[in-house]
Amino acid sequence: MSTITFDKVGRIFDSVTAIEEINLHVRDKEFVAIVGPSGCGKTTCLRMAAGLDFPSSGEVRVGERKVAGPGPDRAVVFQQFALFPWKSVYDNVDFGLRNKRVPASERRDRIAAVLKVMNLEGYERSFPHQLSGGMQQRVAIARAYVLDPAVLLMDEPFGALDAQTRVLMQEELVRLARVNPRTVLFITHGVEEAVYLADRVAIMTRRPGRIKEIMDIRSVREAERWDNRTRIEDVMDLESFVHLRTAIWRSLREEKTKETT
Amino acid sequence: MTPRPDGRPSRAEIWVLGAAGLATFFGLWAALSGFGFVSPRFLPSPAAVAMRGIFLLAHPFAGASLPVHVLSSLGRYGLGFLLGACVGVPLGLLMGWYRLLDDIVTPIFDALRFVAPIAWVPFAALWFGTGIGGPVMVIFAGAFPPCLINAYRGARFVDKKFLEAARTLGAGNLRIIVEVLLPASVPSIVAGLRVGAGLGWQSLVGAELIVASSGVGYMMVQGQSAVSTTTVLSGMVAIGIVGYLVDLVLREIQTATQRRRGLA
Ligand SMILES: Nc1ncnc2c1ncn2[C@@H]1O[C@H](COP(=O)(O)OP(=O)(O)OP(=O)(O)O)[C@@H](O)[C@H]1O
Ligand SMILES: [Mg+2]
Repeated sequence: MSTITFDKVGRIFDSVTAIEEINLHVRDKEFVAIVGPSGCGKTTCLRMAAGLDFPSSGEVRVGERKVAGPGPDRAVVFQQFALFPWKSVYDNVDFGLRNKRVPASERRDRIAAVLKVMNLEGYERSFPHQLSGGMQQRVAIARAYVLDPAVLLMDEPFGALDAQTRVLMQEELVRLARVNPRTVLFITHGVEEAVYLADRVAIMTRRPGRIKEIMDIRSVREAERWDNRTRIEDVMDLESFVHLRTAIWRSLREEKTKETT
Repeated sequence: MTPRPDGRPSRAEIWVLGAAGLATFFGLWAALSGFGFVSPRFLPSPAAVAMRGIFLLAHPFAGASLPVHVLSSLGRYGLGFLLGACVGVPLGLLMGWYRLLDDIVTPIFDALRFVAPIAWVPFAALWFGTGIGGPVMVIFAGAFPPCLINAYRGARFVDKKFLEAARTLGAGNLRIIVEVLLPASVPSIVAGLRVGAGLGWQSLVGAELIVASSGVGYMMVQGQSAVSTTTVLSGMVAIGIVGYLVDLVLREIQTATQRRRGLA
């Protein structure tokens, strides 16, 4: 069971309280999106789940185990891609598979498949600096997807994409999530993206970060049969969608205005 | 010539400026020695040095012709430099990765690295002889510290996001060192190799002035005993040219590695 649990998690960076107290439980195969003002501690939360950073108080668990470091059960898509500039697209995607000692022929097949999904066919031999920002981001996503991890941790993975590509990627992610559900913690600034993709959306306060409220999307999605519509714009037209989106907007707006006073 | 938008001189201008500088240098030199201000015994004219250099290309002096002396120097140099790079770069990388190793080696290194390579000559000769071993050790003393320091800096200041990405992708220590730390440090390592190559070459000729029975430095010492200032200056010119060529090769390697990363 691949759950993620933030249990009274606080994080203080040399006397600056980035996160006050986070309690959040992501269920097995659930897709949870976190939205919140810039600097409220979203990336910090994700890093603690990834095992790259550790709470000052409380604990983060994946499954039953307290997170003590990175692990093969979790894959991360970083806000700044972190592709290896000295490796080709193919070798970047291959890196994690080699670490897992996946046989060579299987690696080839899996890389070909994921590059196809990410629309990167023909760029296997290119180096990251030869690609556009959006393409680099897709390589970063491919590098995580190809591992088929139980838990996906994604930090604004579509942030650098143009609007059209972003929509395609979002639809693809929804398709993948339905075909092969997994536990996803997804950070975004896009409220619509969060509502479209997630089962639940957690809204954070401005720093010091707390979870302000959690919106349940899944029950609405199922009741209103969003999944019968493959195109994102058809879903975004629905009254139920607009209603949720507006509610989250309002909640975030409150945080933003507090910031300026 | 139209000025470039950034206000820096254009390529052609740089070329002209450089040529003008060299022309002034040789002109002054020729004037000093040619018009009798300075005795040719103190400062032979550029033409005399060039003639002597061309003569030495084919005729032996101090046991061999100039090219053979150069090759003999280059052989020792290659060996010493390779040794310095092969020890310095891996050790530097490992020091950048393992704190413990850093803490152990750094004090020793800091104590020794300000000893000029030439200062090792007496012990180099004592321990490794005046044939191949002694000079090689002196070159090593020159080339090793920059190789180590730059590899160390490269490894220590690798962007943390690469290390974190590698760890979340399940890489072990060895793979991180070989496939992340090393390639991430390549620009710094190559810069170190360039500095090391220069220092090594300088130290070699110094070493040959004292030990060795062949090589450019040896030829110069023999030239000095024979009061042949043109021979000494020919040797200096050869040192300059070979050093420049070695640096040119390394500079090409440096830009090639940068281009591959999209940095140049
Ligand atoms: N290593 C660190 N050292 C000191 N302070 C840090 C460190 N990492 C994060 N912080 C601080 O913690 C707070 C939260 O940072 P975090 O990166 O988690 O924000 P975020 O919600 O991801 O913001 P954004 O939406 O802009 O990406 C910020 O105020 C930041 O300055
Ligand atoms: Mg962030």
